[in-house]
Amino acid sequence: MISIRHLYGPIAILAVVGVALYSEALTSTIQPRPDALTKAGAALFPSAVPHPEGGPGRVHVTYWEKWTDFEGDAMRRVVDEFNRSQSRIWVDLLTVSDIDEKVLVATSGGIPPDVAGLFGPNVPDYADDNAVISMDAYCGKYGIRREQYIPAFWDIGYYHKHVFALPSTPASVALHWNKTIFAKGAKRLRAAGLDPGQPPRTLEDLIRYADALTIKDENGKIIQAGFLPAEPGWWNWVWGYWYGGNLWDGSSKITANSPENIRGFEFVQSFSKKYGPQQVETFRSGFGNFSSPQNAFMSGKVAMELQGVWMYNFITKFAPELKWGVAPFPYPQNRPDLKDMTIADEDVLCIPVGARHPDEAFEFIRFVQSQHVMELLNMLQRKFTPLKKVSLEFWKNHPNPYIRLFQQLTLGKNVVATPQTGIWNEYQSELNNCFDNVSLDRATPQQALQDVQDRIQPELDRYLLRLHAREAHP
Amino acid sequence: MKGKWKNLPIGLAFISPWLIGFVVFMAYPIIMSGYYSFCDYSVLTKPAWIGSANYVDLGHDPIFWQSLSNTAYYAFFALPLGVIVSLFLALLLNTNVRGMTVYRTIFFLPSLVPMVALAILWLWIFNGDYGLLNQILHALHIPGPQWLSSPEWSKPALVLTGIWGVGNAVVIYLAGLQDVPQPLYEAADLDGAGFWAKTWHVTLPMLSPVILFNLIMGIIGTLQIFAVPYVMFPGGSPARSTYFYTMYLYDNAFRFLKMGYACAMGWIMFFIILGLTALALKLSSRHVYYGGN
Repeated sequence: MISIRHLYGPIAILAVVGVALYSEALTSTIQPRPDALTKAGAALFPSAVPHPEGGPGRVHVTYWEKWTDFEGDAMRRVVDEFNRSQSRIWVDLLTVSDIDEKVLVATSGGIPPDVAGLFGPNVPDYADDNAVISMDAYCGKYGIRREQYIPAFWDIGYYHKHVFALPSTPASVALHWNKTIFAKGAKRLRAAGLDPGQPPRTLEDLIRYADALTIKDENGKIIQAGFLPAEPGWWNWVWGYWYGGNLWDGSSKITANSPENIRGFEFVQSFSKKYGPQQVETFRSGFGNFSSPQNAFMSGKVAMELQGVWMYNFITKFAPELKWGVAPFPYPQNRPDLKDMTIADEDVLCIPVGARHPDEAFEFIRFVQSQHVMELLNMLQRKFTPLKKVSLEFWKNHPNPYIRLFQQLTLGKNVVATPQTGIWNEYQSELNNCFDNVSLDRATPQQALQDVQDRIQPELDRYLLRLHAREAHP
Repeated sequence: MKGKWKNLPIGLAFISPWLIGFVVFMAYPIIMSGYYSFCDYSVLTKPAWIGSANYVDLGHDPIFWQSLSNTAYYAFFALPLGVIVSLFLALLLNTNVRGMTVYRTIFFLPSLVPMVALAILWLWIFNGDYGLLNQILHALHIPGPQWLSSPEWSKPALVLTGIWGVGNAVVIYLAGLQDVPQPLYEAADLDGAGFWAKTWHVTLPMLSPVILFNLIMGIIGTLQIFAVPYVMFPGGSPARSTYFYTMYLYDNAFRFLKMGYACAMGWIMFFIILGLTALALKLSSRHVYYGGN
């Protein structure tokens, strides 16, 4: 027979552990991180633990960022500089995968990080749900203004007339072309009346270049493609923009089925109609991962590709011998006003609602916004800075020979960013499905885009109704 | 009576780690997910009661029906195939052959491979250009399809992938086979029964409770398929042909921030599984033989 006395031992142990954890939690509220959980994490995952330094009396700011490898090292260096630059705040940088979802869960649980390194398109979602704080007051206090930034990058974090995020690293895209393939195909290009020393300037030219550089074997199997809209397949939503389209009116109307968008997806479908969807898919199945020497562009399987400023890093790593060039993505011949179009995107820094040290968090964000830190971070990540003011040394020392082009494209009037709406993820998912159906020749662009329109317009209507209801009954 | 309840506090204290874990991590979330399914809830905002709107909206949501149909297709083919293959393997592995433990280990090993590694492995096998499967088909002069990029072949590819993990079911069948009383086989031998007659009239009836168990576990498992297609076919590509129920549920919860909607999907799936399990139990009552009955 077991009596209650037999339980004294285990109960005593549990009590001691409980008291220890409770006192640890109390201590962490007075002298915040590293708290009990961080210490437990230290025991389990030593590599994931922030620097042990910091010293007593410093306010510990937790910063979650998505980057690993050299991009993570770049931000770690910035954090180290910040920690060295003053003696009041200590930033603990923690690399977190799937950061948007983890910040979401942590914020809803009331234990968010002080600084979250989110993706630009996350901003409307998080702002609509009051998950990130407005930085208006901080920006006003410290004189951080739109005029200091390339407008496209400021605007990504600016939503419903409030600043919810400030940039960390920006990016833009352009046409990357393989000079070796162009040189090898010079005869065919010249026969088609094209210059093998130049990339295409218009979309009509792009098609002609692509046709001349696409090679099939004796069985009709594609062994080299000039251009494939599905490669790399990261911006399946953008095709209408190249023809002057838009995905919504900026407030309440979805415009997926506009004539310009239909034209853009007709461009996509023209490739599968010409080469055969089955043939294209067989060819694409031979590509390796993006981040590998078997990458379609770097291995010379695709001659031209829409890619971002980061591509330099991968070419340097996996195909250093590659002869390549970068040019603005082509525009329709009859729309010279759409020349030099690009997609602008960026990683942003936000302060989640519920952060323990918002003031200190902004101190760090402000530090990142300074010209020399922006240049340090973006030089180490091989990108350009989102600030208008750039030092000559930055341009002079930057290893990417096309870095100025990427920046200049974002200063133009044809800069595209993802629509600032809380239903963007759903909209993008529909557009990806539409792209699949069009490129596999399972639906006409008109049908596929009408399906998107019919599905997303009611979604937006519902979303806006919910927002109004929340505003009416906060 | 007093003596009967005397030990209750001690008993509760002993099971308290489980009890607390169950209440905090199971019972409370289950109850709350039922509540949230009637709410507009984005995880980040307070849930707002909207009655049955989520359930009504699901009824009119074509992607909901498409994901349900994809899942039903997968379950319809993967479940019987899994039962047949695992049972067949178990019968083979129950014979008296030298080195049988090695064979048993070999057939069980694949089920230990983590889901993500399994998905990557099958991505290579199914590759339309240089994949092992199409190379074999090519050697047999059969043109291999684009398993991964063709909407017609993506689901059959996943069904084949499912066979890889039959090791667990095989072990359960093997345990069941070991329990079949030998005298029954001896009696059958005396009656002149051959291998198939013994299998049909002795083994399968005696194994029927185990088959039913594996069938029910299979229903639950196939209807909740997630990790492998999530890795092999991002976003349910191509053209949502592999967009399964749980993937749409996950997207609604964590990508579209429609947690209430996702909870409603979760409860619908719960009732589908409950209904199918009850149906399986009802239909099997005449065919399942429990030794004591």
